[in-house]
Amino acid sequence: MLDYITSYFRSTVTPGQANNQFWALVYILIVFGGVSMIVMIMNWAERKALAHMQVRLGPMRVGPHGLLQPIADALKLFTKEDIMPAEADKPIFWFAPVWVVVVAFTGFIVVPFGVAHAVTDMNIGLLFMLGVSSLGVLGIVMAGWASNSHFPLMGSLRSSAQMVSYEIAMGLAVVSAVLMTGFLGTGMYGIGEGTASGTLSMIGIVQAQQAQHVWFVFKFFPVGLVAFVIFAIAMVAETNRTPFDLPEAESELVAGFHTEYSGLRWSLFMLGEYAAMVAVSSIAITLWLGGWMRPFASIHGPSIAIPFFWEHPELGIVDLVSYLVPAGVLFLLAFFCFFNALRMPKHPAMRPQVIGLWALGVVMGGIGLVLLVPPVRDRIQDIFWFVAKIAVFLYLYIWYRATFPRYRFDQLMRVGWKVLLPVGLGVLLLTGLIGLSPELVTWIKGVMLWR
Amino acid sequence: MTDTSKPGFYEDAGATGTFLDANEMVLNMGPQHPSTHGVLRVILKLDGEKVLGTECIIGYLHRGVEKIAENRTYTMFNPYVDRMDYVASVSNGLGYCLAIEKLLNVEAPPRACYIRVILTELNRIASHQLWLGTHALDIGAMTPLFYTFRDREEILKIFEKYCGARLTTHAFRIGGTQYETYEGFEQDVKKFCKFVAPKMDEYEELLTTNRIWLQRTKGVGLISAEDAIAMGVTGPVLRASGVKWDLRKAQPYSLYEKFDFEVPIGINGDTYDRYLVRVAEMRQSLRIVEQAVDSIPEGPIMAKVPKVIKPPVGEVYVSIEAPKGELGYFVVSDGSTQPYRVRVRPPSFVNLQALDKMVRGALVADVVAVIGTLDIVLGEVDR
Amino acid sequence: MADETTPKDQPTPPQPEKPAETPAAKANAAAPTTEAKPAETPAAKADAATPPKPTAPPAAPAKPAAPAKPAGPTPQPWESEMITTLKRQYGSGIKETSTYVGQKYMVVDPTVVDEILQLLRDDEQFDYLVDCTAVHYPNREQQFDVLWILYSFPRNERIRVKTMIKEGDAVTSATPIWETANWLEREVFDMFGIKFEGHPDLKRILLPDGWKGHPLRKDYGILQQDTEWVKINLGIESGQ
Repeated sequence: MLDYITSYFRSTVTPGQANNQFWALVYILIVFGGVSMIVMIMNWAERKALAHMQVRLGPMRVGPHGLLQPIADALKLFTKEDIMPAEADKPIFWFAPVWVVVVAFTGFIVVPFGVAHAVTDMNIGLLFMLGVSSLGVLGIVMAGWASNSHFPLMGSLRSSAQMVSYEIAMGLAVVSAVLMTGFLGTGMYGIGEGTASGTLSMIGIVQAQQAQHVWFVFKFFPVGLVAFVIFAIAMVAETNRTPFDLPEAESELVAGFHTEYSGLRWSLFMLGEYAAMVAVSSIAITLWLGGWMRPFASIHGPSIAIPFFWEHPELGIVDLVSYLVPAGVLFLLAFFCFFNALRMPKHPAMRPQVIGLWALGVVMGGIGLVLLVPPVRDRIQDIFWFVAKIAVFLYLYIWYRATFPRYRFDQLMRVGWKVLLPVGLGVLLLTGLIGLSPELVTWIKGVMLWR
Repeated sequence: MTDTSKPGFYEDAGATGTFLDANEMVLNMGPQHPSTHGVLRVILKLDGEKVLGTECIIGYLHRGVEKIAENRTYTMFNPYVDRMDYVASVSNGLGYCLAIEKLLNVEAPPRACYIRVILTELNRIASHQLWLGTHALDIGAMTPLFYTFRDREEILKIFEKYCGARLTTHAFRIGGTQYETYEGFEQDVKKFCKFVAPKMDEYEELLTTNRIWLQRTKGVGLISAEDAIAMGVTGPVLRASGVKWDLRKAQPYSLYEKFDFEVPIGINGDTYDRYLVRVAEMRQSLRIVEQAVDSIPEGPIMAKVPKVIKPPVGEVYVSIEAPKGELGYFVVSDGSTQPYRVRVRPPSFVNLQALDKMVRGALVADVVAVIGTLDIVLGEVDR
Repeated sequence: MADETTPKDQPTPPQPEKPAETPAAKANAAAPTTEAKPAETPAAKADAATPPKPTAPPAAPAKPAAPAKPAGPTPQPWESEMITTLKRQYGSGIKETSTYVGQKYMVVDPTVVDEILQLLRDDEQFDYLVDCTAVHYPNREQQFDVLWILYSFPRNERIRVKTMIKEGDAVTSATPIWETANWLEREVFDMFGIKFEGHPDLKRILLPDGWKGHPLRKDYGILQQDTEWVKINLGIESGQ
């Protein structure tokens, strides 16, 4: 039994591939817990970042700088009265939010946080994720129908139409990235002789980017970039966020598919929405932004050795610096906590908050110190970079919400079908052609580099 | 409240008249709604997403202001006037005072006129700022609301220092103004002018060239110049349709002829043009305030008006260019201390009539945008 | 109708025709027409006994007793090309054309008012109907004054057209001429009960549909409500 558990420690593949159910279960729990943590943090971050962009402060009372606000919100939602409309279709009404959450979390099985840090690595992992996220539309339609009121029904139909339309654009962008995995050349414009077989496995796609020493967003610049941008826009529409949030906007006529849901059921919808945001961001990161690779992963610098601390002769000084970044980030966060704790008002009623903020700073610093310990430091690099990229994407989501007005529904559909779809097709064709034609590559390279 | 058994709005809702048989759906944007700017009920007849017709039900905020006027003296009625268009209460007060002064055949002294102009134009800026924030919010852009409200605070602080109230100011009296400018009034106003000019650029930066804003507002809520004149629409809505008419230039009052400003007009008469016109009007108002505050003449602030106002028998109609349009007061005096009839011609009431014409054939989401762009205040519509 | 009017609001006969020019007439008229001061009546009587103080001018509480006050504004006749054309066409239909403090108005006969409005829009370029409203004079034979305020963009001129009708008479609607008139006439109907013939949809606009009574009439009290409607629709005894 113990062997079963410890035999995995030296493994370099995911538990799914190593056929180790125990560790697969552990990883599932970690991923589930992690995503839920991200959702809670995202709740706080959205309110604070939105507020700061709108020249106000956001939550400040519940915990220092509102850090305990998500907990308060969760408690409130759990204790709210559970209202079910009298005429609603009760089983489906109950089932719809459950479906949305299950579907949103299922996709995380194949998301690779590191080369061995996924629950499993299916060889059709990407297809699996796209398919599972499409199933989410069913949950929305069920919610709208079961509410038995024509406002939610209109909202859910609009929402499902929007999601289905943008999935096509997403699919085209994704296929063009998959095509790129089949190239053998390295660098931004390299093709190489012959082609490898492309892969749909999420880990395989990142490894292809590793092998080609370039993130696919920069591959055959600007082709990869255009594909990435298409996906980035389509993923915002998939998750019903601003500027594509007409189906759930309060100031429009129809209040959306979750009108009739209150309390815990509504919070499940929100959980599903944020989890879906993280999931599609993970797809984008894996396909175009190098997954768990750090920026400039192919630059290593001269080799350096520090006894007991740095004993990797195959890695260089640039790697050393980048291995210290996670700890650095946590020390920076700890510094923010201390700085803001010093700036807090000196009133006795604020004492608990000040103490809490100092404690948080100390905890962050402690984690940072832990991350400096070599065994830990070496293992968490991949996870850190992946999560950092997810954080950037989530911040972009919040930024869009603060800045953009909302698209009208027909304009939204127009963008999905008449703009993103043709451009996606064009990019796909171009990517395919590039693989077959070195001359085309030379031409593009010449255009882009002005030679 | 609408009797559906009588002919009128519902009469062509399908042969048998039941909901299921008709291709059309009747949707109610009820009195309580986040974006109707007050208690306004709009009944929409929809064919899918397209609007076939609308009917506005108003009167939820009817307080009988005109009836009250007949039971108060002229001076006592002055504060009531602020409560109609509560966003631009200074303009309401100005119109009323001008009307009674015309009845009494007196003119406010120049110093009072300048103070009136400064406060009225500041109020125009504040009203347009509120309009911009709420209109952008309805269309989905959340941030301009906070920016405009933050800047509007400065104007409200000036009002509070001047007359003690922020919103319903009761700033003027019949014959002039009651309060002298307080110590530091000119400095405050000048500081405000310097403060707000770059902020107006900020609002424009967020919206004017934003592709989504353009898509949501260009071509939405079109009204041609002929239709606008036939429907009696005034104010920025009329100017956006291309008619260069502003009462401050056409029939100047309160020494507006001394100030140099332009009247912005639009070309197409759509929501985008109305947005541009109002933003340009904010800048022109700023220009007027800057000119006025530099040259306030010395002198009395109140004309020789009897303590108990008893105008001679007669009737007058005086109108001003309020931020929402032409605000007019028709006052009938019977020689007593109480007016015999005060009729307020509310710009929002007449502008709201044009909603049906502007929204036919548009989509449901545009109705919200058009209600916002008309800039109605229900207090004025219903009185 | 049940009135809860205070003694202050006892019918003060409105006197639109009353001239108020000569100071002597004013001083004498001041006494019987001190309207809203019942508490001061003894004082007013005492004052009325003492006004012939030729050397003590403006000490009296009745304000316009100062002998040096110039005559207030009076309506002046209004002559223009437009008026001559109209008078030639309608003759006695046009009862009065004057200006008061610089504002032009004309009083016309109710039978010709719709033609005159049409003519003003078509020939005289008064393309903008500013307002349409009414005033109630219960003690007159023709109790209602219905007036239209028109403005002409090309001429930059504003005029009022007034007509007087009896209770129960209907006026032709101006909606075919100016679309603005739609809601404005609905409000006049709502507040005064004046019917407009030819209006596409004449029903109440500000008050609820089932309301009885027309509030801006002078015989409708300031605190009065349609208590029946309130009881049925709001479920309370009375709004007060």
